[in-house]
Amino acid sequence: MTDITNQSLNEIIENVKTKKVSSTDLTKAYIKNIESAKKLNAFVTTTFEHALAKAKQFDNKPNFDQLLPGIPLAVKDLFCTENTKTTAGSNILNNFIPSYESTVTKNLWDSGSFLLGKLNCDEFAMGSSNETSHYGNVINPVGDKLVPGGSSGGSSSALAADLTPATIGTDTGGSIRQPASFTGTVGLKPTYGLCSRWGIVAFASSLDQAGPMTKTIKDCAIMLEAMSGFDEKDSTSINKKKDQYSKNLKDNIKGLKIGIPKEYRVDNMPKEVDELWEKGKKILKDLGAQLIDISLPHTKYALPTYYIVAPAEASSNLARYDGVRYGYRSTQGKDLIEMYEKTRSEGFGDEVKRRILIGTYVLSSGYYDAYYLKAQKVRQLIKKDFDDSFKKIDAILTPSTPSSAFKIGEKTNDPVSMYLNDIFTVPVNLAGLPALSMPAGVDKQSHPLGLQLIGKALDEQKILNIGYAFEKNCGFKNEIKKWWS
Amino acid sequence: MSKEKFDYFIKGEKGKYEVVIGLEVHAQVLSKSKLFSGSSTKFGADPNNQVSLIDSAFPGMLPVINEECIKQAVRTGLGLNAKINNHSVFDRKNYFYADLPQGYQISQYKNPIVGEGKVLLDMPYGSKEIGIERLHLEQDAGKSIHDMDPSNTYVDLNRSGIALMEIVSKPDLRSPDEVNAYIKKLRSIMKYLGTCDGNMQEGSLRADVNVSVRKEGDKNFGTRCEIKNVNSIKFMQMAIEYEAARQVELIESGKEIDQETRLFDTKKNETRSMRSKEDAHDYRYFPDPDLLPLKLEQKLIDGLKKSLPELPDKKKERFVKEYGLNAYEANVLVSEKEISEYYEEVAKLSDKKLAATWMMGDLFAMLNDKGLDISKSPISAKHFAELVQAIKSGEISGRIAKEVFEIMVESGDNPKKIIESKGMKQQSDPKELQKMINEILSKNKDKVDQYKAGKEKLFGFFVGQVMKLSGGKANPQLTNEILKKLLKG
Repeated sequence: MTDITNQSLNEIIENVKTKKVSSTDLTKAYIKNIESAKKLNAFVTTTFEHALAKAKQFDNKPNFDQLLPGIPLAVKDLFCTENTKTTAGSNILNNFIPSYESTVTKNLWDSGSFLLGKLNCDEFAMGSSNETSHYGNVINPVGDKLVPGGSSGGSSSALAADLTPATIGTDTGGSIRQPASFTGTVGLKPTYGLCSRWGIVAFASSLDQAGPMTKTIKDCAIMLEAMSGFDEKDSTSINKKKDQYSKNLKDNIKGLKIGIPKEYRVDNMPKEVDELWEKGKKILKDLGAQLIDISLPHTKYALPTYYIVAPAEASSNLARYDGVRYGYRSTQGKDLIEMYEKTRSEGFGDEVKRRILIGTYVLSSGYYDAYYLKAQKVRQLIKKDFDDSFKKIDAILTPSTPSSAFKIGEKTNDPVSMYLNDIFTVPVNLAGLPALSMPAGVDKQSHPLGLQLIGKALDEQKILNIGYAFEKNCGFKNEIKKWWS
Repeated sequence: MSKEKFDYFIKGEKGKYEVVIGLEVHAQVLSKSKLFSGSSTKFGADPNNQVSLIDSAFPGMLPVINEECIKQAVRTGLGLNAKINNHSVFDRKNYFYADLPQGYQISQYKNPIVGEGKVLLDMPYGSKEIGIERLHLEQDAGKSIHDMDPSNTYVDLNRSGIALMEIVSKPDLRSPDEVNAYIKKLRSIMKYLGTCDGNMQEGSLRADVNVSVRKEGDKNFGTRCEIKNVNSIKFMQMAIEYEAARQVELIESGKEIDQETRLFDTKKNETRSMRSKEDAHDYRYFPDPDLLPLKLEQKLIDGLKKSLPELPDKKKERFVKEYGLNAYEANVLVSEKEISEYYEEVAKLSDKKLAATWMMGDLFAMLNDKGLDISKSPISAKHFAELVQAIKSGEISGRIAKEVFEIMVESGDNPKKIIESKGMKQQSDPKELQKMINEILSKNKDKVDQYKAGKEKLFGFFVGQVMKLSGGKANPQLTNEILKKLLKG
C-alpha cells in the first residue's frame, strides 16, 4: 500500500468509505509517523490508546454518512478536551485536565472523527513562531532551522509532516494563516462568531476564532463544515443555518471582482513576496476574475490597534489563572497576594507576562481613553474600510505574510519585529472577517509562501471557491523531505 | 396627624451640621438561576454545591445572560419610576481575590440597564422624594471563610455569579430615620414586584453607605466616606451616627476628612478605615468582549410595564379612596405586600375602617410580640374578618373582642365558636336589657333621684352596674339608649 498519510483528507475519506483502508490502519499509520517525528516537537500530549479504541469502534460499526468517518485528528492544545490534559502551551496549566469538551472539537467528534493528540502552540496562543511554548519550540518540517509559524505552530508542523490528516487552530491575529503560509498548507480564519469559542482557552475574546488547517482547499471546506455552527453557550456565536461548504465548492470564478489593496505593499517587503502576489493576480485574472485596485487607508494602524486590544482583553482573560482552583500553584507564597505573585511569575512565560503588562497598562485609569478607547475607535475605522470596499468587490487578495518562515531564535529578542510578522493578517481579525491563506509558491530558498483571500462576513464559500480555482491552476506542490525520521 | 419638623442635626461646638447620605443598595435578584450560568441560587445549600464551570471560571467558559434576571431588573426599574435604557453594556471590573474566580466581576459601568428614577418616603414631616441615580446588574462574588481553619481560608462559590441589582441613590437622605424609611420602601417595592425577597439575614439586601456632613445651610457637599457592605438597617443607622459624629469632630478640630472606604465594626460600634483614596483599586473597567451589548426592545419593556402589579404608592391612594382610610392607616397597611393582601381580604368580608383599626392595633401588637410576619399569623384573615364583623354587628363588645382575640391566637379557632362556647355573646335584646336596667334602677332609687336633680355624672355609675350585672356582655350602645330613656321617665 502506498503511504496513505501523504494524501489529502478528502482522498483519505474516500479510501475509508470505499474500505480501501480501515480506520484502525489509518490511525496506526499516523501513530507510526508521530512516533518517528519527535524531533519536530509538534505534540504536547498523544492519545493513541483512545484513538485506537475509537478506530476499532468505528471499524466494528462504521457510519460512512458522516463528514469525517473514522478519521483521527490532532488538535491545537488550546481546545479543552474532556479527560485529556489541556495546557495552552503554558506551565500554569501543566496539570489541567478538563471535564468538558470544547464545542468545536465536540462537533468534529460528532462528525465521526476522534482525537489523536494535542498539538503544541505558543503559550496562550501568544506568539508568531511557536517559541513561547512552555513545552519547547516546534520545528518546521520545511527545514530543521525554521520556525513553523505561530501560534498554531504544532498544528502546521504536524499537518505538513503528515502527522495528522487535517487539524484545527485558533487565529487571534494570524495564528492559523501565518503558520499555514510558513508550511505550505491551507489555513482559514472564519468570520468571527461562525465557530463557537466555548471551551477554547481564551486569549482575546473579541478576536479569537477557531478554524481549519488542511492540505487542500477541499479539505478546508470539509473541516469548516464539520466544526462550525451556532452555539447558544457562546453569546457571540452567529445564529444561522449550517453551510455545506464542501458540497457547494465550485471552481468557476468568472466575473468575480478581486480587490488589490495598495496599502499591503509595505516597505522592505522581499521581492519574492511581491512577485508571488503578481503571480496570484495573474492566475485569478486568467480564470476570468476582474482585478480592482482598492484602498484600505487605515491599514497602517491595524498593528498598533491590535497590540492594544488583544493584550487588554488577554490581561483580563488570564486573571483566572491564579492558582486557587486548578492548574499550577506555587507552594512558596506565605499569604494570598504572595501566592498569586509566585504562581503567576512561575506559571507564565515572558511573552505572556509582557502582554499582560501591556494590557493592564492600556486599561489603567488615566490611560484608558488614550489607548483602549482610541484603539476601539480605530478598529471601527478599519472595519469601515473593509465594508466600503466590499460594496464593489467580492474578495481581496494580499500576501499572507511579509516573508517566508524565519529561523528559530531569529526574532526572539526583538518582540516588535516578531509582531510585524502579523501585519497582513491582523486587520482581518479586527474587522471580524473570514480570510484564507493558501500556498502559492516558494522563495529563493524553496520555503513556501502563501497568499491571503479576504472575504465579506460569512462569505466563506466564496473565498473557498476562489481558493479552489486558484489551487487547481497554481501548480504548487509541497516538497517536504522527511528528514526527521 | 400633626406634622413634625425635620430635626436631625449633629450639634458641634461651632454649630449645627447636616448629615448627607447616599446609599448603594445591593439587592439579590429573585431568579432560579444565576446571572450568567444555569446554577441554582437557592440559599443554604452545602458549600460549593451550586457552582458551574462558568461560576468557577474554568478555561474557555463563557457567560450567557439569563433573560429572567434582565426582566427582573427592568421590572425593578419600572417600580422605581426610572428610565429603562434600551442599550446597556456589561463591563469587566478587574481585581484579584480568592472568592472572585474570573479575576473580574461582570458589572455595568458606563451604561447601566436602568437610569434615573425616584422613590417617595412618608416621613412624619411630610412626604419626601429620594432620587435614584441608576440601577445596574452585576455578579455577586463567592464567600471567603476565614474561621474554619487556623492557617487556611476556605472559599464557597455558591454565591459566585448570582445576579445582584445595585441601586444607587442620589445623596438625598438626611438622617438615619430617612435611611430606615428608604430601605424599607425599596424592600417593599421589590417584594411587591417579586424581584428581590428582601431578606437581609440571608444577605439578599446589603448596602454601601456614603456619609458626609456640612454646616447647616451650606450649599456644597463635604468630603464623603463610604462604609462598605452593611447588612442591616440598624447597623446602617449606627454606622451613620458614628461616622457623622466622627466627621464633625474632625472638622471642628480643624482637621481634614480623607475620602476613604471604611468598615463598620458591629462589635465595637465604630467605623474603621479600610483603604484610602490613594490605595483605591484601579478596576480597569472595559466592556466584556464575551457579551454583546444588551439591546432591549421597547415592546418588551412596555409588556413588562403592563404586567406590573399594583405598587405601594398606588395601592395607598386606592386604600384611601376605596376603603375610606386616612393617609396614615393606608401607609401602614400597604407597607408590605403581605400586610396589604391580608387587609384586603379582611376588608372584603368586614367593616373596612374597623378592620384597619383592629389590624393596626391588636393584630400588629401580637405579631410584633411574637416576632412573626403577617404571613405566619396564627389568625387567618377570614377569622379576623369574622371577629371584626362580630364587633361591628354588636354581637360582642370591644372589650370582649379582646378576650376573643387572645383565645383565637392561642387556639386558632374561629371567633364564632369561641363566642358561642364561652357564652360571650353580647346582650343586645332590648327587653332583657330593660329588665336588667329596671332592676338596677329600683335598687338604687336614691341615685336615680340625685341624677334627676342634676347630678348627671351618675350616668356612668348606672352603666357600670349594668355591665357588672351582665358580666360585661351588655351592648353598651343599647344600654345607653335604654338607660337614658328610663331615667327620663
